[in-house]
Amino acid sequence: MKVIIRNPRRRELEVEGSRRVDALIKELDLNPEQVLVIRDDDLLTRDVMIRNDDTVEIVSAISGGTQ
Amino acid sequence: MKCSKCKGRASIELRRHHVAYCKPDYLEFFDNQVERAIHKQRMFKPDDRIMVGVSGGKDSLTLWDFLLRMEYDVTALHIHLGIGEYSNHSHSTTVKFAEERGAPLITVDLAEQYGMGVPELSQAIRRVPCSGCGLSKRYILNKEAYDRNFTVVAMGHNLDDEAATLMGNVLHWEMGALARQSPSLPTNREKLIKRVKPLYTVTEREVAANAILRGIEYVEEECPNSVGARSIMYKNALDQIETQSPGTKHAFFSIFLDRIRPVMEAAQEDFELRECDICGQATTGAVCAFCRMWENAHRKATENPRRVHQGKESQEPSVEDLPVQP
Repeated sequence: MKVIIRNPRRRELEVEGSRRVDALIKELDLNPEQVLVIRDDDLLTRDVMIRNDDTVEIVSAISGGTQ
Repeated sequence: MKCSKCKGRASIELRRHHVAYCKPDYLEFFDNQVERAIHKQRMFKPDDRIMVGVSGGKDSLTLWDFLLRMEYDVTALHIHLGIGEYSNHSHSTTVKFAEERGAPLITVDLAEQYGMGVPELSQAIRRVPCSGCGLSKRYILNKEAYDRNFTVVAMGHNLDDEAATLMGNVLHWEMGALARQSPSLPTNREKLIKRVKPLYTVTEREVAANAILRGIEYVEEECPNSVGARSIMYKNALDQIETQSPGTKHAFFSIFLDRIRPVMEAAQEDFELRECDICGQATTGAVCAFCRMWENAHRKATENPRRVHQGKESQEPSVEDLPVQP
């Protein structure tokens, strides 16, 4: 799958295979309280399965300092 | 995951509330949360004239959008801070939002009105940029609201902002700041306009979700001066706890408001306010902190003009009063 991370600097990465949203967030070492996952202009809850051919965006929800 | 209300597919889970919502039910829930906060803290009424401080970020644009949709009498104030491309992008995003909605917007350009942007000000007074920036924003918001007969100043601080500020104040036992920290600071003092934070019960993630689902275009990039800011350190620490124990941030701030702050406020000694000798705004001394800072900055710039690159000459703020669509 293609993962676009906006944290807030934009970077793209390829992740092999399908996995749930919560597994992807954990794999990327992100805090689930600080991000939102978007696919096709809609937000995804942590139990949604992301397929290998999907493109998702992970948006940082926290401001007040660049990470 | 299913929507707790309609049983359709959920878009967002709110673990601290033990619920999940689909897009329409989440947007309704969000509006209800903000409206409830406004009423609980008696922030303003329909006949109040509200000036909302807008940076172009998700929080202030979400608040402005909410106040417009609820048909409050609201005008936005944007301060162009002169921080390079970041400030230009913040300004253009704010102007675009206003034009798309036919909403009134006032822009104050710091360099045009006061002679320097934040970087030059920081150089001149030899302090971190956030110091002069924060003081300038607070002062200008209050002054512009007072001069233009607004009754309330609204700001987009969310629960994470307030909990992080509280954490910093507690860790350093800033007693005065703790007594003053409130989502609604009414004033019975002339020239100090009531200041409110209607988003104080919703988390930053909830605000971002609202902005994305409503299609609000906001500035995602961070101020270049905020790298390594303490606020983000406190937010990270609180979110580590929140992940393990949902609802902690809300409990931390709401219990402080309900039980601790009233005690601290009552223990504060009252102080006399007078008019600043230079600008006439309310202050405790002869000259207010804002005028002292800018006097110092201009003196340093005159003494060492090569060190400080000044902005344009002082002039009236540019006003972009766009008409409200009928």
